[in-house]
Amino acid sequence: MPDPQKPTEPSALDKIFTSTVWRSIFRHGYADTPRNRVLQVSANVWLHLHPSKIRRHGIRYRHTWCAGGLTFLLYLVTVVTGVILMFYYRPTQEYAYFDIKYLDFDVPFGMLMRNMHRWAAHGMVIFIWLHMFRVFMTGSYKPPREFNWVIGVTLLVLTLLMSFTGYLLPWDQLAIWAVTVGTNMARATPLIGHQGPFGPELGVTPRYDMRALLLGGTIVGPPALMRFYVLHCIFIPIIVSILMILHFWRIRKDGGISGPL
Amino acid sequence: MANLQEGGSGEHIWSRRNLLSITGWLAILGALQAGGIAMVALLFPRVLFEPPTSFKAGQPTDFTVGEVSEKFMRSQRVWIVREETGFYALLGICTHLGCTPRWLGPENKFKCPCHGSGFRKDGTNFEGPAPRPLERIKIARADDGQVLIDKAVVFRKELSEWGKPGSYLKFSASGAA
Repeated sequence: MPDPQKPTEPSALDKIFTSTVWRSIFRHGYADTPRNRVLQVSANVWLHLHPSKIRRHGIRYRHTWCAGGLTFLLYLVTVVTGVILMFYYRPTQEYAYFDIKYLDFDVPFGMLMRNMHRWAAHGMVIFIWLHMFRVFMTGSYKPPREFNWVIGVTLLVLTLLMSFTGYLLPWDQLAIWAVTVGTNMARATPLIGHQGPFGPELGVTPRYDMRALLLGGTIVGPPALMRFYVLHCIFIPIIVSILMILHFWRIRKDGGISGPL
Repeated sequence: MANLQEGGSGEHIWSRRNLLSITGWLAILGALQAGGIAMVALLFPRVLFEPPTSFKAGQPTDFTVGEVSEKFMRSQRVWIVREETGFYALLGICTHLGCTPRWLGPENKFKCPCHGSGFRKDGTNFEGPAPRPLERIKIARADDGQVLIDKAVVFRKELSEWGKPGSYLKFSASGAA
């Protein structure tokens, strides 16, 4: 141990930590006080998806199957792998199909990323159903949790919409016909579909109806690809993320995970 | 928002503060509504770059009587049927959910591979989930005598439109149109 009385030369690390550049980025050091330690825990959202006190059954695997948490994990997987895929994929008629081929056969780990994205998406849908089944069987939809059930059902629908919009992006025969069938259902939308109830009476035409809004035209063409791409990568994920935050927050506010019946 | 002390005298319906507040909120709602309408309008472009809906299908004499011509199926999704007395054109879009049915000559029917809808040679649905007959489309003669098809004009049997002008092209082999 160096003599505390004796002034020592500042070490190289000290010089860095006291430099103007370092100080301009980090205004002050981290004070390792009991208060800061408590704050680190209490201000951390990841540590507070569960409340600070939790009933024993809440962490029992067999009570929850961890289905909701696994759904969220798989969502994170699709987000990360999806962003990686965006480095190569171009949502245009000329390139979309070949970019997928390129990812599969010429990009290192491209096929892995694509398959992870795909299987995580499938898994997310499966785990949502398991989660929903668990919540139903444990009666966790009952007051005071009824609104969280509503948010959950909205999240289910949005997840299915993410799967549906993602289905078109490979731009192969399977994609085009699936989306042809899917968007043809929009023809029958009441009031705003050109074949739906009261649609023709209101003067709704194939050129200006719900289906044309989705497709950006009257056929599944390049505008539809671009629209589905934006919905898939930007629009729906943002809404889903916001609703997920609300969903998790409500679990705490509604009294934690409900008990066994 | 309401200021009870200013608005409570009874001389005015609304206090100045309330009036300004309501006006402000109405302006915000109006701006949001205008933005919403603009957003919807933005999603409907004035011009669509889509393939033309009409095409020329060759001379009437190119077709064989009694045959369902698949010559324009791959490029246009249209069957042209030649009868003794003339022509009609069927759109190759299943009325169930929009797949492409196939013409099965030996069985004398159109059959959709997606969900099994079946249509007779004239387009009438008879099996599977399809709720209505195939759509006929406008068929006429062009100036040069060729058969002219327009997919944008459809004739639906359930609306009794199959007899309408344009839904059937009268033609006999002797040459009289």
